[in-house]
Amino acid sequence: MTRDEIRTAVFDALTSVAPEIDPVRLQPGTAFRQEFDLDSMDFLNFVIALHGRLGVNVPEADYNQLATLDGAIDYLASRLST
Amino acid sequence: MIEFRMPALGADMEAGTLIEWLKKPGDTVARGDIIAIVDTEKGAIEIEVFDDGVLDRVLVGPGQKTPVGTVLAVIRQSGEPAGAPAPAEASPAASVAPPEPAAARPRASPAARKAAEQLHVDLASVAGSGPGGAITVGDVERATRAEHPIDVERATRAEPVPARGPAVPAGADRLSAMRGAMAAAMARSKREIPHLYLSTTVDLTQALTWLRAENERRPVTERLLPVVLFIKAVARACAEVPAVNGFWTDHGFAHGSGVHVGCAIALRGGGLVAPALHDVDRKSHDVVGRELGDLVKRARAGTLRSSEMSDATITVTNLGDLGVDAAYAIIYPPQVAIVGFGRSVERPWVVDGRIEPRSVVTISVSADHRAVDGRGAGSFLTAVERALGAAVQS
Repeated sequence: MTRDEIRTAVFDALTSVAPEIDPVRLQPGTAFRQEFDLDSMDFLNFVIALHGRLGVNVPEADYNQLATLDGAIDYLASRLST
Repeated sequence: MIEFRMPALGADMEAGTLIEWLKKPGDTVARGDIIAIVDTEKGAIEIEVFDDGVLDRVLVGPGQKTPVGTVLAVIRQSGEPAGAPAPAEASPAASVAPPEPAAARPRASPAARKAAEQLHVDLASVAGSGPGGAITVGDVERATRAEHPIDVERATRAEPVPARGPAVPAGADRLSAMRGAMAAAMARSKREIPHLYLSTTVDLTQALTWLRAENERRPVTERLLPVVLFIKAVARACAEVPAVNGFWTDHGFAHGSGVHVGCAIALRGGGLVAPALHDVDRKSHDVVGRELGDLVKRARAGTLRSSEMSDATITVTNLGDLGVDAAYAIIYPPQVAIVGFGRSVERPWVVDGRIEPRSVVTISVSADHRAVDGRGAGSFLTAVERALGAAVQS
């Protein structure tokens, strides 16, 4: 899976949780949880949505690696390649 | 004959607008069935019926704004002849067109429902473009412009996927109406209720360690959030100290008929609702977690039910995600207590005479001093702390 495909999956997962998010506004290095005011339930739903789209089960201990768009793509790419 | 009245869906509701009937005269109804959708400042609410019987006739038609307590319909109990005289004040709106059958009720955001009502669009004839095929405001507007053809498949789909409300901007009107209703309820609360406030800071380390281990072995879809432990602990403490679980009425304190925990839920795009999770004291963490997830989803999609809007016997607000240390909340009348949770944070803590880093949370209770005194509220708070400790042993 390419980074672009992963990026699309992350966008889809985010907008499924917070439909008002405009992916164009998403800066690669910004912590989107604060930026878009996602609470812990929103974030859990985001992780569930990622699991549904990519089949990656992100353990709680790795949540901090999903803080930014770039971080999330890096993390998911490495999980998908193993 | 039983009168089915416009319910009060919270202290801040004075009137509601009937959007649609989901049953028509002659239909059998059973306790708990959703028979109508009513638009309120809090969004479109699904109205449940409290009795078994047959819908005899409806007295109020779609689009009518009616005060709380107005008879909306008459329900015939088994054995009663059809069309018996109305038991009470016959509404001038007695003759209305028979409502559409319920089967084809499409999912739509509250804003879309409102737009459809204003533009006289039948939602069943609109094809949804929102998440899961739900109808958005844009769809409704397009339908009026283009005289959208009826989408039969959409209209007859048995189980449409719920929309997520905020996909559609809630609209300035809705937000200001909701804000106004909340302002009235909170002003009334502060004017009438002598609040007393107590708080305690609780060591959560053991509970969070248990939760972490639990979540590690669970699939992602079954993970529990700390707030589930909080809500469950509040419910257990309510069962132990029932003086905080109920309502203040003209005749004094009335115990709740169960422990129904209102959960303050912020809506994306603004606004706040506090629908109830029912009988939390008797449910497992897993069930409470699942139901909370569903409740938040439906609160944001605008598909809450009347019982959820009116049954809460105590409310929980969790502002920990915002990073605040503690939350001292305003009681939602006619309830007599609200419990506030701040963030879980590591602090130096004295354990067995030594300083250790521990995860702690500050829990507050605001209580109605007419119903409960400081001693009772204090017992309740220590019961919440005990219940949080007990969570890890069950």
